[in-house]
Amino acid sequence: MFGKLTWDAIPFHEPIPLITSIVVLLAIVGLVAWVWRNGWWPYLWNEYVTSTDHKRIGVMYIVLALLMLVRGFADAIMMRAQQSLAIGASQGYLPPEHYNQLFSAHGTIMIFFVAMPFVIGFMNFVVPLQLGVRDVAFPTLNNVSFWLSASGALLINLSLFIGEFARTGWLAFPPLSEKAFSPGVGVDYYLVALQISGVGTVLTGVNFVTTILKTRAPGMSYLRMPVFCWTALASNLLIIAAFPVLTVVLAELMLDRYLGFHFFTNDGGGNSMLYMNLIWVWGHPEVYILVLPAFGIFSEVAATFSGKPLFGYRSMVFATMAICIISFCVWLHHFFTMGAGANINAVFGIASMIIGIPTGVKIYNWLFTMYGGRVRFTVPIYYLIGFMLTFVVGGLTGVLLAIPPVDFVVHNSLFLVAHFHHVIIGGVVFALMAGYTYWFPKAFGFTLDERLGKAIFWCWFIGFHLAFMPLYVLGFWGATRRMQHIPDPTWAPWLNVAFVGAAIIGLGIVLTVVQLLYSIKTRDQRRDITGDPWDGRTLEWLTLSPPPHYNFAVLPDVHGEEAYWTRKQTAIKEDKLIEEPNYQPIEMPINTPTGVIVAFFASICGFAVIWYIWWLAIVGLIGAFAIFVWYAWRDEHEHIIPVKEVRANARERRRIRMEHLHTLSQST
Amino acid sequence: MSAISETPAIGLTHGGSEDTGLGQRGPESKSIVVPYGFWLFVLSDMVLFSALFASYATLVHATDGGPTTNQLFDRNLVAIETIALLLSSFVCGLAVIMAKRKNMAWTQIWLLCTGLLGLVFIGIELFEFTKMIGEGAGPQRSAFLSAFFTLVGCHGAHVSAGLLWLGTMMAQIWAKGFRQDITRRLLCFSVFWHALDIIWVAIFTIVYLIGTLP
Repeated sequence: MFGKLTWDAIPFHEPIPLITSIVVLLAIVGLVAWVWRNGWWPYLWNEYVTSTDHKRIGVMYIVLALLMLVRGFADAIMMRAQQSLAIGASQGYLPPEHYNQLFSAHGTIMIFFVAMPFVIGFMNFVVPLQLGVRDVAFPTLNNVSFWLSASGALLINLSLFIGEFARTGWLAFPPLSEKAFSPGVGVDYYLVALQISGVGTVLTGVNFVTTILKTRAPGMSYLRMPVFCWTALASNLLIIAAFPVLTVVLAELMLDRYLGFHFFTNDGGGNSMLYMNLIWVWGHPEVYILVLPAFGIFSEVAATFSGKPLFGYRSMVFATMAICIISFCVWLHHFFTMGAGANINAVFGIASMIIGIPTGVKIYNWLFTMYGGRVRFTVPIYYLIGFMLTFVVGGLTGVLLAIPPVDFVVHNSLFLVAHFHHVIIGGVVFALMAGYTYWFPKAFGFTLDERLGKAIFWCWFIGFHLAFMPLYVLGFWGATRRMQHIPDPTWAPWLNVAFVGAAIIGLGIVLTVVQLLYSIKTRDQRRDITGDPWDGRTLEWLTLSPPPHYNFAVLPDVHGEEAYWTRKQTAIKEDKLIEEPNYQPIEMPINTPTGVIVAFFASICGFAVIWYIWWLAIVGLIGAFAIFVWYAWRDEHEHIIPVKEVRANARERRRIRMEHLHTLSQST
Repeated sequence: MSAISETPAIGLTHGGSEDTGLGQRGPESKSIVVPYGFWLFVLSDMVLFSALFASYATLVHATDGGPTTNQLFDRNLVAIETIALLLSSFVCGLAVIMAKRKNMAWTQIWLLCTGLLGLVFIGIELFEFTKMIGEGAGPQRSAFLSAFFTLVGCHGAHVSAGLLWLGTMMAQIWAKGFRQDITRRLLCFSVFWHALDIIWVAIFTIVYLIGTLP
């Protein structure tokens, strides 16, 4: 009846997961009760859960990412603590089977459920606004994508309470991840959760490529799109081309585990190097799926806070698309030691170095954007400068690793761990924090506290360097990654420094929560009345903050590369807004519970598959198909916002803009 | 005032220009955006199959002492399968033409033929699979057979999902008539169905033809 699921699956005699489970459960129950008591359910249900509004979905993605960041960081600090304690004679506080789950969960969660939803959240929130349109191409699909991601995240976290997680590292390499060596449900949790969220990601890719290529404001030709939209385009093209490969490779491993196939097994002619190749054919582009939008965020930030157009816009576009293509030609550098031979390694090594060139072009573009500009040292600019300092060094260690002989020496060592954290924290996380600060007022109508923001930046910046620079040293000394016990006591000081660094990052994460709460409490002091708090240059700053559901009463006509800046400067010069257009009623997609119901059945089905409860899996599939038919059957897709409402809102916005214009023209 | 409120509502896709150029005249109409997005989805499906083909090509000789391609495949059977599937796509095309003319009876008849031919294809495939498994050449036998069953079975799963969609589609056309969104959906279905043909041609060539070379 319940497959492999018994009471043994609950970790009764392991205090750490048990206490965590209880605390998390209590927190969830408390939160639900609190929301219930305040009568916020209808609001949450209508405005967020079932919303097809890209802005709301974007916010939900980012909330998911921040929650998962806390989980992923908890894993990280536990690992650092273990490595600081378990030196020489001491065995630390984590047994190997628990420690192995920790590093696997940390990597999986940080990439799939922190970085991905964070990046996709920004694409959701920003891209339609920057393109000057009302929503993405397929708003309902967008909602479905989000809930499928959330379903994956739910399953991963469920493994903490019911059963176990994989002990195989974040990419679950066979033959270790095969049934023969990992008989438990851990790897199945990993596989099923990633399959479900992967479907959501592919749908996001389809949605955003269509949005960017087919729905843009009139006049916005390709070479007038903001750089963030270009990077989002590149990133989503990579999603379409790379994520199906992940689906295939994980499905093959599932077939091995569930049905006794021989794709990657040691016997039956299986070939585990096939797994390495396929997973990294997805895995390397995945790096750029994350980092290209990060570059996009920094491009927006650099131009806005330097008060200058982005330097070398076209070279930036060219570099982005070059990276997009070359990123598919470098995957083998993740396993030079496979033994493919000197020539093949040389080709991939050189390709890996070549990809550094367009990245270098970008660094110079940001530098020249700031050069000669009137730079305002706001929080996003701090992150930009911190990013450039950090990322260049991280990139250089990457070039070092791209040399096959060097890679043979430091392969699988802490040097590698330091390198990829260097580029992911220094590149992606810094950008996400910059973007969070930069677009927060657009989403909620008030800015975040600046002083706390700078404190958070310093925590990340100092904490990162303390946590990971020692790992380079240890890696050179031969410390391999994923060690539950440290045999050499002379490594202790470096590991302790790394622990302190991780703790400082932890302080930064705590301060992020404090900053959010404090900023909400004191929001009246930092209201964004005008909708343009940073003197922005792209179209998202044309609307009010937060923007109306339909974003723009009339789609803006785009002239020139910096659509909003051009318009703003003309208005200031002529001291008047553009003539009032002829408003029309607007048709917007209606809310739908499809996404959350599909995700509900997907979670049920996934859980059933993990625990071999086959009847429940079939129920889940039938449920998902039924909701699909039900959705396809509906007759009403859109509701109409009457022209009266559109006009009233638009006139109010024009009044505010006019006042703002007067203050601006008086000050200049 | 009434003159203004009578102007048609503008949706996500603005007035809906029909040009397929660079999109700088504003958002495209739904009749372009929807099939375009669906094409992208089909492309991602093609990538999925390309990874399966890569797995097959890597493992085709890893027979672990078990049967090889030449011992297993029967060209005649595959020929019938192929004809059924290609014919099915042809009549699917006829159904789309009939739907354009809003001819309910013929649309339904051709869609039914599409489905029946698809069922013939699936039937032959299942027959082949059970025969192989009965001979001890199931997917657990060797890495080659794992890759074979996964690649061909994934295509078969796509066809089966397509049949499910087709049934839903026929019921929908019957119940709702040739509404714009329904015909758009029918167009997407035919794109999907033809794409499965393209993949089958590749499977036919790479798996069966090359596999039965003397």
